[in-house]
Parts: sequence; C-alpha cells; structure tokens
Amino acid sequence: MPAPTDHPITLTVNGTVETLVLADPRVSLLDALRQRLGLTGTKKGCDHGQCGACTVIVNGRRINSCLSLAVMHDGDAITTIEGLGAPGALAPLQAAFLHHDGFQCGYCTPGQIMSATAMLEELRAGWPSVVSDDLTAPALSDDEIRERMSGNLCRCAAYPNIVAAIRAVADAAAPAEDAA
Amino acid sequence: MRAFAYARAATPSDAIGADGRLIAGGTNLLDLMKLEIETPDRLIDVNHIGLDEIAPDGDGNGDGLRIGAMVRNADLAADDRVRRDWPLLSRALLAGASGQIRNRATTGGNLMQRTRCPYFYDLAAACNKRDPGTGCDALAGRNRNHAILGASDHCIATYPGDMAVALAALDAVVEIEGAAGTRRVPVAAFHRLPGDTPQRDTVLEPGELIRAVTLPAPTGGRQVYRKVRDRRSYAFALVSVAADVTVADGAITRAALALGGVAHRPWRDPDADALLVGRAPDGAAFAAVADAILRGARGHGDNDFKIPLARRTLIAALAEATGTDVRTAA
Ligand SMILES: Cc1cc2nc3c(=O)[nH]c(=O)nc-3n(C[C@H](O)[C@H](O)[C@H](O)COP(=O)(O)OP(=O)(O)OC[C@H]3O[C@@H](n4cnc5c(N)ncnc54)[C@H](O)[C@@H]3O)c2cc1C
Ligand code: SF4
Ligand code: FES
Ligand code: FES
Repeated sequence: MPAPTDHPITLTVNGTVETLVLADPRVSLLDALRQRLGLTGTKKGCDHGQCGACTVIVNGRRINSCLSLAVMHDGDAITTIEGLGAPGALAPLQAAFLHHDGFQCGYCTPGQIMSATAMLEELRAGWPSVVSDDLTAPALSDDEIRERMSGNLCRCAAYPNIVAAIRAVADAAAPAEDAA
Repeated sequence: MRAFAYARAATPSDAIGADGRLIAGGTNLLDLMKLEIETPDRLIDVNHIGLDEIAPDGDGNGDGLRIGAMVRNADLAADDRVRRDWPLLSRALLAGASGQIRNRATTGGNLMQRTRCPYFYDLAAACNKRDPGTGCDALAGRNRNHAILGASDHCIATYPGDMAVALAALDAVVEIEGAAGTRRVPVAAFHRLPGDTPQRDTVLEPGELIRAVTLPAPTGGRQVYRKVRDRRSYAFALVSVAADVTVADGAITRAALALGGVAHRPWRDPDADALLVGRAPDGAAFAAVADAILRGARGHGDNDFKIPLARRTLIAALAEATGTDVRTAA
C-alpha cells in the first residue's frame, strides 16, 4: 500500500476560496463538500453516477460530484445549491420548482436544480441532444428537457412538474425575437 | 475503495510509461474502484496534459479530424464540424450516458470503458475477465446483455460503449504512444475478442497512452445511429447500429455498418457490407446483409432475443439511411 501523503488543495466554492488538506486522496468531491465543508445541500443518492443527486457545477459545467476525486479539482471553481440562491433571494429555477411543485420528498431537488441551471446554459450555447431533429439548431421542447435532464432521477416521480418548472424558466429567459 | 497514491501528470510524456493507472474523467474507473473491481496502487491524473483539441487532419486536404484523447464527450458531440460532417458520431455520443457524465468523460476513457456484465461487477461471482481462471458465471447465468457474436467459452461480455461503434463505422483510427513510439490502430481493431484472455479488453499495452483519434474525410454518405435500450435515455444499448451509406442513381455505392452491444468489440463485417454495393436500397437487400452479418450469431439463453433484434435494427438503420420504406418487406 502506498504511504499516505498530504494533498493540499484549493477550491473556490460558491465564490469563497477554501483550502483543504486531504490526508487520503480517496475522498470524492461530493464527500469533501458535504463532510469537510459542511455543504450538505448536495446529496448522495447512488454514489455511482446513476442518479444525479450529487450534481454540482464545476468551472461552468454540471458533473456528478460522486464520480470525481476532490484532489482532481485543485484550482477549480465549484457552485453548489447553496451558492445559487438563498431564502428570500431564490434563483429563478429554485422559485420555479416551488411554484410548480417540482418535488415531493425533495431529496433529488438540489441535483435537479444544479443540473437544470447548467443544462439551460448548454441549450443557450446551442448544444444538441439525441432528440434534436436538427443537430445544428436544437429547439427547446418538453422532449428536449426530458432528454437533457435524464441524468437526474426522481424516486417520487415529480417529473411532470420538474419539466414544467424548467420550461417556465427557459421560456421566461428566451428572447422574444427568437422563435426557434 | 482501496488506498492509492495520486500524482498529476503535466505533459503527455509524464503519462507514458508511468507507473500507475491513468485517470481521465474518472467516470468509469472511480465507479469500479469504489466496488474494488479495480484496485490500482497509484493514479496518474491526465486532466492537465493537454490533448484536448479537435483539429483538422488528413493527408494534404485536411478534410479529416484529429480528436485529442482528453476532449470531453460533450465537446466532441457539440463540435460544429462533427455535427455537420460526422453527425453519426454526435448522435452516438449523445445517445450515451447523461449530460453530467458526458461533461467529464473523455475520448480516451470512453474507448477504454469496461464491460457492464453484472458478474464482472459482483466480486462473489466467477469471472475470467476480473479474475482470470475462475470461470464465467454469465455462461449459464443471467446473460441478457451479453454477446451474440465473437464470444468464447471464457467470456461472453460485450463492449458497452456507443462512441466507438460510430467511430468503427467511420473508419477512425486510434493514435497510441508508448515508450517505443507512436502506432496507429483502427478503432475496429482496437478492442479484442475475448478468446482465452478476456482480461484484456483492448490492444493497448501497459504504459501506453491514447493520444488521439483521427477521422478520415467524410464519405458523403447518409449517417445514422440507432440505439435500442430498455429505457429511452441514460441506459446502455441492448443493440445499436451505426450506418454510413451512399446511394447514387438508385443504387448503393458504399456502405459501412457497425454494431454495438453484441460483441466484445464494435462489430464490423466489411464483406457483408460489400453485399449492398450495386444493389437498389430495398428490404430484400437489407435483409440479406443483416443475415450475412448475423450468420454466426449465437445466443446464450437470456440474450437470444438480440439476434432478431439486431437483424431488425440493421434493417431499420439501413432504411433510415437510404430513405427507404421497408414496412412491407420481410
Ligand atoms: C451511469 C452511467 C451510464 C453510462 N451510460 C453510457 C452509455 O449509455 N453509453 C456509453 O458509451 N457509455 C456510458 N457510460 C460510460 C461512460 O461513457 C464512461 O464512463 C466514460 O466514457 C469513461 O471516460 P472517462 O474519461 O471518465 O474514463 P476514466 O474513468 O477516467 O478511465 C477509464 C479507463 O480509461 C483509461 N484511460 C483514460 N484515458 C486514457 C488515455 N488517454 N490513454 C490510455 N488509457 C486511458 C483509464 O486508465 C481507465 O482504465 C455510462 C457511465 C455511467 C456511470
Ligand atoms: S461474461 Fe466475461 S465479464 Fe461476464 S462473468 Fe463471464 S468472464 Fe466475466
Ligand atoms: S450520488 Fe452521484 S450520481 Fe448518484
Ligand atoms: S422529490 Fe423525492 S426523489 Fe425527487
């Protein structure tokens, strides 16, 4: 067995610079956020990339924090649900999930909202999905939302309301001149 | 997870011949390490070695593409050139995994992903791939997602990925660098058949690094990726078909087909593809080529259904690629 070596890492989490010393590189980004930084909004569902509950945004991109080692993120900027909005100052997706009842137990919700936040950016950047008829010009639809959100499972099956919440935010953000 | 040492590579040469296991996106390796199916002593993090560009490639004309091994699946699928000239590759990537995983998963790691055989994942089961010489519990077990082509008595696992199936049909080549220099292996020959050494998934040797995948110029054919799975999204293929087919003056002039989910590697059969050349695109021609590809297919019980499923998926992909209505055909 290799001798343990300390790995000091610096993460910018929700705008705050955090330095952690990892005595063992085995800690996942998810466990570092929850256990070392006390940010328990990010949830652990499967711990194997299969449910999306642990979704956070790293350097602008949504990823599964359970399938990444914290030590691999030295220098990265991370946004968790705690960084998105706060009581009284909710992010649009947070407010929309409330308004549309986009959850029941709420366990998958932080992951859903982080995923949807980045997903809408991907859509804005014109990224295609497998259900896009035209790969070069994907258009927003409920089918697109369902496909793009398929990495986030909801055991309570709040899916119709999750789609409605995301749709509401996407439609509100869509520029009026852009019909496509 | 077993303890391991961790080091960051700064350049490709740090990663070549390095003592340890490379970790790229980590989406397959960490999953397997958590289950202690993979137990490396040392990880070499290749996320900072570069090799993350997509650039024009090709002899003289530059109509091909060179995809760095560290290009993320999401970036590759969204690349304008890929979307325009190799839509098959975009579609295959987008049919795989989830948005989150594609943001991390890399071109090299995707090629190297390991099988999804449930016994490979079960440390209590006999598995020649995980533990050579112990046997194969899938042979007489639950083998619904297992191979119908090219399997052996030692292992009937499938290569589970989507991207490589598209790359195989597009005649892409893997560029590999090792201590002895650089070599190029067609994607279709990169994964091995299991034979009596199923522990070796690919021809990559220890210490070698995948540097890039190169795509030759597009053929001008119509490209289609069809993936059949248990749920509509976020699931591995039961069977998938990649097709690149050119039709001129009512006859097929070129066809390249690859199958996923049916063998230990993306399955190509150029001799069968050639049966299409010169024929009008119709149900009879498609059935003939499907039957030729599947002539040696063998089920193992639970996966018997894959033989007719592969046949129908091939016919459907050919129909889509040629704009043919085959609903009345055999
Ligand atoms: C829930 C889930 C669903 C999925 N669904 C699909 C699906 O539907 N279709 C599909 O195709 N895939 C699917 N995948 C698999 C996913 O595509 C792979 O995990 C991913 O592509 C692996 O890439 P990576 O960069 O994360 O590899 P890593 O996990 O980092 O590495 C995998 C292997 O590749 C080796 N490696 C990495 N880079 C190199 C290199 N440059 N040279 C040599 N060796 C290298 C590593 O040493 C390791 O052995 C799914 C995964 C999950 C977790
Ligand atoms: S099919 Fe291959 S991977 Fe699955 S149990 Fe048998 S030897 Fe192992
Ligand atoms: S906890 Fe990470 S995907 Fe389920
Ligand atoms: S609200 Fe309960 S899991 Fe989604």
